[in-house]
Amino acid sequence: MIPGIGTLTQDTLWCFSQVKGTIEIGTTEADIISTVEFNHTGELLATGDKGGRVVIFQREQESKNQVHRRGEYNVYSTFQSHEPEFDYLKSLEIEEKINKIRWLPQQNAAYFLLSTNDKTVKLWKVSERDKRPEGYNLKDEEGRLRDPATITTLRVPVLRPMDLMVEATPRRVFANAHTYHINSISVNSDYETYMSADDLRINLWNFEITNQSFNIVDIKPANMEELTEVITAAEFHPHHCNTFVYSSSKGTIRLCDMRASALCDRHTKFFEEPEDPSNRSFFSEIISSISDVKFSHSGRYIMTRDYLTVKVWDLNMENRPIETYQVHDYLRSKLCSLYENDCIFDKFECVWNGSDSVIMTGSYNNFFRMFDRNTKRDVTLEASRENSKPRAILKPRKVCVGGKRRKDEISVDSLDFSKKILHTAWHPSENIIAVAATNNLYIFQDKVN
Amino acid sequence: MSQKQEEENPAEETGEEKQDTQEKEGILPERAEEAKLKAKYPSLGQKPGGSDFLMKRLQKGVWGIISYPLSLDVLLCVDKIEGETSYFDSGDYNMAKAKMKNKQLPSAGPDKNLVTGDHIPTPQDLPQRKSSLVTSKLAGGQVE
Repeated sequence: MIPGIGTLTQDTLWCFSQVKGTIEIGTTEADIISTVEFNHTGELLATGDKGGRVVIFQREQESKNQVHRRGEYNVYSTFQSHEPEFDYLKSLEIEEKINKIRWLPQQNAAYFLLSTNDKTVKLWKVSERDKRPEGYNLKDEEGRLRDPATITTLRVPVLRPMDLMVEATPRRVFANAHTYHINSISVNSDYETYMSADDLRINLWNFEITNQSFNIVDIKPANMEELTEVITAAEFHPHHCNTFVYSSSKGTIRLCDMRASALCDRHTKFFEEPEDPSNRSFFSEIISSISDVKFSHSGRYIMTRDYLTVKVWDLNMENRPIETYQVHDYLRSKLCSLYENDCIFDKFECVWNGSDSVIMTGSYNNFFRMFDRNTKRDVTLEASRENSKPRAILKPRKVCVGGKRRKDEISVDSLDFSKKILHTAWHPSENIIAVAATNNLYIFQDKVN
Repeated sequence: MSQKQEEENPAEETGEEKQDTQEKEGILPERAEEAKLKAKYPSLGQKPGGSDFLMKRLQKGVWGIISYPLSLDVLLCVDKIEGETSYFDSGDYNMAKAKMKNKQLPSAGPDKNLVTGDHIPTPQDLPQRKSSLVTSKLAGGQVE
C-alpha cells in the first residue's frame, strides 16, 4: 500500500506509535494541549498548550536496523511562547493559551512558525547551533577578558563542533491589532503575508512589518445589538494568494477575493446549506456554528466542522455541501444536557490526509473518527493508554444507540464528555497522525508490513 | 377534469400519510431536547440560542459583564466561555491569582466563589507576574 495515498479499506490498520505526556489524576490546566500542527514536510510536529508553551518534536531518521519502525518523534525544542497578561485599560485578563500554530514553509536552515494567543501573534525562529568559535585573542576560553599586555601572538578563531543546541527566538511580535479574540491564523501562499482572524475582524499582515496591518474583513455592526453572527475560522487558499474563506457561527462560509476590493466585506461566494424551517429548534443555530474550516490540499474543496457533522464543499457549488458525514449523531438526543454542561460549545477541528481522500475529526470519550471519501467507509478509534503497546493495532470502537448493547460497544450514557479530542493533525504525505487527548499527545501510524 | 382531480388526490394522500408517520415516530429528538430544556429553565429567552452567546463570547474576560442568568444553579455551574471571570482591577486580579496558587487546587478554572477586594494589596502580597517556567510535560517526563 502506498503511504499517504491510502484508502480506508479494511487493509488500513492503525497502530499505536507513541504517547507524550504523563498520566495524572487531576490534570494541571496548563498542560492541556490546545493546538497540534505538522510542518510542511512532516519532519516536525508542534504542540501548543494552555500554559502558553510550545513543544516541537522532530522525527528521527529511520535506521536501517529497525525496518519495522518508522521514525519516531522526539523532543526537538520547547519554549514559552506567550505569557499571561493583564490589560490594565480594560481590566481584561489575556490568557496565554496558544490558540493556533502555523508553520512557514522552510526557506533556509532555520524553521519558522507563527503562534498566537487571544491577542498577539508571534513569529518564532527555531535554529540549530552545532559549532562554536574557539580561540579568541582577547578572551580566554571561559570568556574572561585577557590582559592585552600578556598577548604576544595572534591567532585566528576557528569553529569547533559542539553538542547540538536548538534555540528558539521570537523574531516578530504582532500585537495590538485585535479587539476581540483571535481564533485563526493562516499563512498565505505568497509566503510574505498572513492573516489573523478574530470574532469580528480579519487582518492581513506582512511578516516584516509589525506595527501595521490591513483590515480586510470587518463584520462589526454599527449597533452591537444587531450582532447576529461572528467569525469562527478563516484560512487562505493553498495556491491562490488572493483568495481566502471564513466561516461563521451561523453555519455559513464566505469566500473572498482580495483583488475585488480592499475591504472584503462583500463576499465573492457564499456557501450555505438550506435548512428545513420545520426542523428548527433552540439548538439549531448553536449546533450549526462552524468550529473549523480547512481547504483541501488541492484547493478545490473546503471542509467544515460543526457540532455534529463534517461537511465537504466544492468551491464551485455554493448551495449545499457535496458530502456530509455524521460524527456522533447519537448526541442529538442529548443536546439538553450537553447545553447544560457546556459541551455543546466545544470547538472540534478537522483535517485532511495528504491526498484529500480521508478526513478526520475528534469526538468524546477520546474517540476520533475517520471518513474515507471514496469508499464511504468510516471508522471510530480511541486514544487511550490501554492500547499503548508499541505497534498495537487499534480496534475500531462502536457506540451503541439502541437498547441492546453488544459486548465491545459503549452506550451513549457511558461516554466520558470530559475526554474530548478537539485537535488532531495528519502528516502531509504519510499515514501518521497526531491526536491530542487533553494533556497527552498520541501518535499513530498505519501498519508497516 | 376528473383526471386532474385523480392526480391531485394521490398527492394529498401522500402528504397526510407523511404527517401520520411523523406523529407515529414522535417529535424530532432536537425538539424533545428543547422541550426538556424549557421545562427546566422556563425563563429561557424566546429567541433561538444565538445572540446572547455571541455577546458573551465577545466579552470573555471583560470587567463588569454579568453573565446572562438562565437560573442561579446554571449560572454557578455553567461557564459558557472559557476563562470568563470579571475583576474590578489589576490588583483584584493579582490577589485572586495569589489566592488560587496558595490553595493549590487541581483546578479546572478560576474559583467562581472567590471573594476579592477584602483588603488592599501590597507589593509583597502579589505573585510574580511571569508565568511559571515549568517545562511542559510533553518535553520531559515519560517518553514512550
